[in-house]
Amino acid sequence: MPGEQKRTTRRGFITTTATASMGLYLAACGGSSSSSSSAGGASSSAATSSAAATSSASGPVTLNNLFQQQAGYSAADLAGMTKLFEQANPNIKVNNTLVAYEALHDKIVAAAPAGTYDVVLGDCIWPAEFGSKGIVQDISSEVKTLPTSQIFPGALVMADYKNKYYGMPWILDTKYMYANGSMLKKAGVSPSSLTTWDGVVTALKQIKAKGLVKYPWLGSWSQAEAVVCDYAQLLGAFGGKFLDASGKPAFQSGGGLKALEFMKMMLDQGLADPASTSSLEEDVLKAFAQGKIAMNLNWTFQLAASLDPKQSQVSKDNVMILRTPAGTAGGPAPGCNGGQPVMITHGTKHPKEAWEFVKFITSQNVQNQYVADSLPIWSASYDDPAVIKKAGKQLVSVAKTQLPNMILRPQVANYNAASQALQVQIQDALLGKKSPQDALNSAASAFSSQGPPA
Amino acid sequence: MTDTTAQLPPAGTGRPPTPRAGGTSWRARTREGRFALALLAPSIIVVFGIVVYPILKTLYTSLFAVDTPFGGHFPWVGLDNYKFALQQSDFWSAILRTAYFTFLSTGFELVFGMGIALLLYAPLRGRWLFRTIVVLPWALPTIVNGAMWRYFFNAQYGVVNAALTQLGISSSYHAFLSSPFAALNIVVWADVWKNTSLVAFFLLAGLTTIPRDLYEAARVDGYGRWGSFVHITLPLLRPVIVVVLVLRTIEAFKVFDIIYVMTGGGPANGTQSIAFYTYQRAFSDEYFGYGSALAYLIVVFIMVLAIIYIRLLRSDNYGMA
Repeated sequence: MPGEQKRTTRRGFITTTATASMGLYLAACGGSSSSSSSAGGASSSAATSSAAATSSASGPVTLNNLFQQQAGYSAADLAGMTKLFEQANPNIKVNNTLVAYEALHDKIVAAAPAGTYDVVLGDCIWPAEFGSKGIVQDISSEVKTLPTSQIFPGALVMADYKNKYYGMPWILDTKYMYANGSMLKKAGVSPSSLTTWDGVVTALKQIKAKGLVKYPWLGSWSQAEAVVCDYAQLLGAFGGKFLDASGKPAFQSGGGLKALEFMKMMLDQGLADPASTSSLEEDVLKAFAQGKIAMNLNWTFQLAASLDPKQSQVSKDNVMILRTPAGTAGGPAPGCNGGQPVMITHGTKHPKEAWEFVKFITSQNVQNQYVADSLPIWSASYDDPAVIKKAGKQLVSVAKTQLPNMILRPQVANYNAASQALQVQIQDALLGKKSPQDALNSAASAFSSQGPPA
Repeated sequence: MTDTTAQLPPAGTGRPPTPRAGGTSWRARTREGRFALALLAPSIIVVFGIVVYPILKTLYTSLFAVDTPFGGHFPWVGLDNYKFALQQSDFWSAILRTAYFTFLSTGFELVFGMGIALLLYAPLRGRWLFRTIVVLPWALPTIVNGAMWRYFFNAQYGVVNAALTQLGISSSYHAFLSSPFAALNIVVWADVWKNTSLVAFFLLAGLTTIPRDLYEAARVDGYGRWGSFVHITLPLLRPVIVVVLVLRTIEAFKVFDIIYVMTGGGPANGTQSIAFYTYQRAFSDEYFGYGSALAYLIVVFIMVLAIIYIRLLRSDNYGMA
C-alpha cells in the first residue's frame, strides 16, 4: 500500500510537471509571436510615438547604450560627451557599455529580442542587415530635420540602406597611410614618392635593403573585418569594384584581383611581415609605435597613440600621416569607408530620449570638442581653427582630401556571411594555399550563395 | 501518539482501505502533494525555464529557416538544416579540427596531469604550496588565459620570440600564429596549460584512495617504481582516468572561448572549432535555424564519444558499473 500511494503521487507529479512545462513552452511561443509582431516595420512609428509619450510622462529616464572600446572615439571621449549630455538633460541618465569591435555585432543581435539597449554603435556595413531585420529603427524623418547638406556625403551614406537612414553618422573614419619619417630619411625616400602603390613598394625595398627593419610593412590582415578593409582600400586604388551594376560580385577580376595579387606580392618579397595574417589594427599600431615597421595603413586613432610618448617610441617629428596611395599616378585613391553610425534599437522604450542623445553626440559643437581620435562628420569643422589646432594641421589637411573620396564595402543583407568567406579566401591566397584568382572566385561564389535552407 | 493501525487494511486481506478510511488519507495525500508541488515549483520553473525549454526550443528552431533574432512565423524546412550541414565541407573540416584539438589536448592533459599528481602525492615539505601553485592556471579565466598566450606568441613583441632569440635558439622573430597548423597547436598548448591542473587534482584524489600496503607488498615481491606504477597505480586509477577523460573530452569538444580570444578561428579557418563555426553561423550570420541544427549535431558527436567512454567504464573491473 505505501507503494500504491507512491505510484499515485509520482503519476500525479509527472502529469502536473508535464502540464506545467507544456504551459511554459506554449507561453514562451506566444511571447515570441507577439515580439514578432512588434518587430514589424508597420507598427514601428506607432510604437515609437506611444513609447515616447510614455517615457516623457514618466519622469527620469535611463538610456542603456552599447559602444566599442577600440578605434574611433576613445572611452574617455565618450564619457566626456555623455557627461555633457547629462548636464544638458538632467532627466536622462546614460549607461554606456563598451565592448571590443569584434563582439559588437553579435552582442547587438543577441540583445535585440530583449531590448537591452536603447542606442547602439553600428558599422557602415550593418544598416542593410539591421534595417531589413528590424533590429534598429528607420530614423530617416529625424535625420532629415538636421542640415544634412553640411555632412560629408561619405558619412551620410554609411547609415543609408535603400534610401532610409538606419542610424546617424558619428564616427567618420578611413584608413590613412602612416610612415616613420626617420626611416624614410635614412633610406633616402621622399614622402612625395608615396602617392602611388608603386612608389610605396620602391620605398619599402629601399628601407629593407638598408637593413633598417626586416619587414618594413605590417598589414592588419588577420581573419577579421580588418583584412577586408585593407583589401577594399587596395581594390579601390586599382580601380576595382565589389559589385557590378546588377549587384553581382565583380571583385574577382580587374582591380579586385590586382589588389589581392599586390598583397601576396608584399608577403612574397618580404616587404610585409608574415605576422600580417594574424594582426589586427591594434597590433599594427603597436608595431609602428615601437619602431618595428616603416609604414602601414590604419584608422585615425593610430595618430594620437603614435604621438603619445607614453605609448610610442617614435618621436613626434617622425610620425607621418599621409593620404592613401593611388594604384597608378593620377588614378583613384579612395580610403576604405570606416564610418560608424549610432543607431536606435527597435526594442527601446525611450526612442525620443535616444534620439536626443544621438543628436547631441553627433552635433557639430560636441564633435568639434573631441577630435583627437575621430574627426567630425560636418565638413565645415575642417576649416574651424579650433578643430585644426586640436586635431593638428597634418591630420586635418590629409583628411580634407581623403574623406570626400571613400570606398564603401558592399551594402548587402548577408554581408557578415559574405565577408567571412572573403576573409578566409584572402587568407588562403596570402598563405599560398590558393592562387589569388581561385581564392576570389570562391569568395564570389560565397557572395552569391543562398546559404542554409530558406 | 496517533493510532496508525486504523489506516491499515485488515491483516492478510491485501485489500485497499475502506472508502471512509481511504477518503481521509486521499485528502491528506492531496494536501501533501500540493504542498510538495508548491515547494518544488521554483526548482521546476528554473529547470524547465533554463534547461529543458532552451533544449526543446533549439530542437524546434532547427526545423525552421529562422534568420532573425525575433520570433515569428518561419518556413518549415524539416531536417534540411541537418542535411545542409552534413553536405558542407566547412562543417567536416571544423569537426576534424575539433577532433584533433580534443584528442591532443586531452592526451597531453592526462600525461602531464599524471606526472603532476604523482609529484603532488609525494611526501614533500611544503606540499601545500606546490598544490596551491599548480591550481592557479585552472583558476585563471579562460579569456585571460587566451589573451595571455596571444600576447606571448605575438610576432612583434611576444615574450616567446624574445626568449628564443635571446637564448640564441632562433635568429629572428617568428609569426607563430600566422600558420594555421602552428596556431592550432598553440591553442592546444594554451588549453593544456590551463586544464592540466584540473586533471592532476582528479588523479591526486584517486591516488589518495590507493592503500599504501599494496606498494609495500609489491616492493616485497620485487617490483620497482615503474612496476608499481604499471601494476598498481594505473589499474587502480582507471575509473578516475575514465571519468577525467569523459569530462575533458566533452569540454574540449565544445572549445570556444580560447579560440575566440586567441585566433578568432583564423588564420584561414585553421583554428575554427565546431562550436566556433556554430556560433558564427548562428549569431554573426543570423542563421539561427541552421545554428540550432549544428548545435544538435555537436550533441550527437559528444554523445557518441560519451557512449564509447561509458562502455570503457563498464568493461572496467574496478569501475562503477
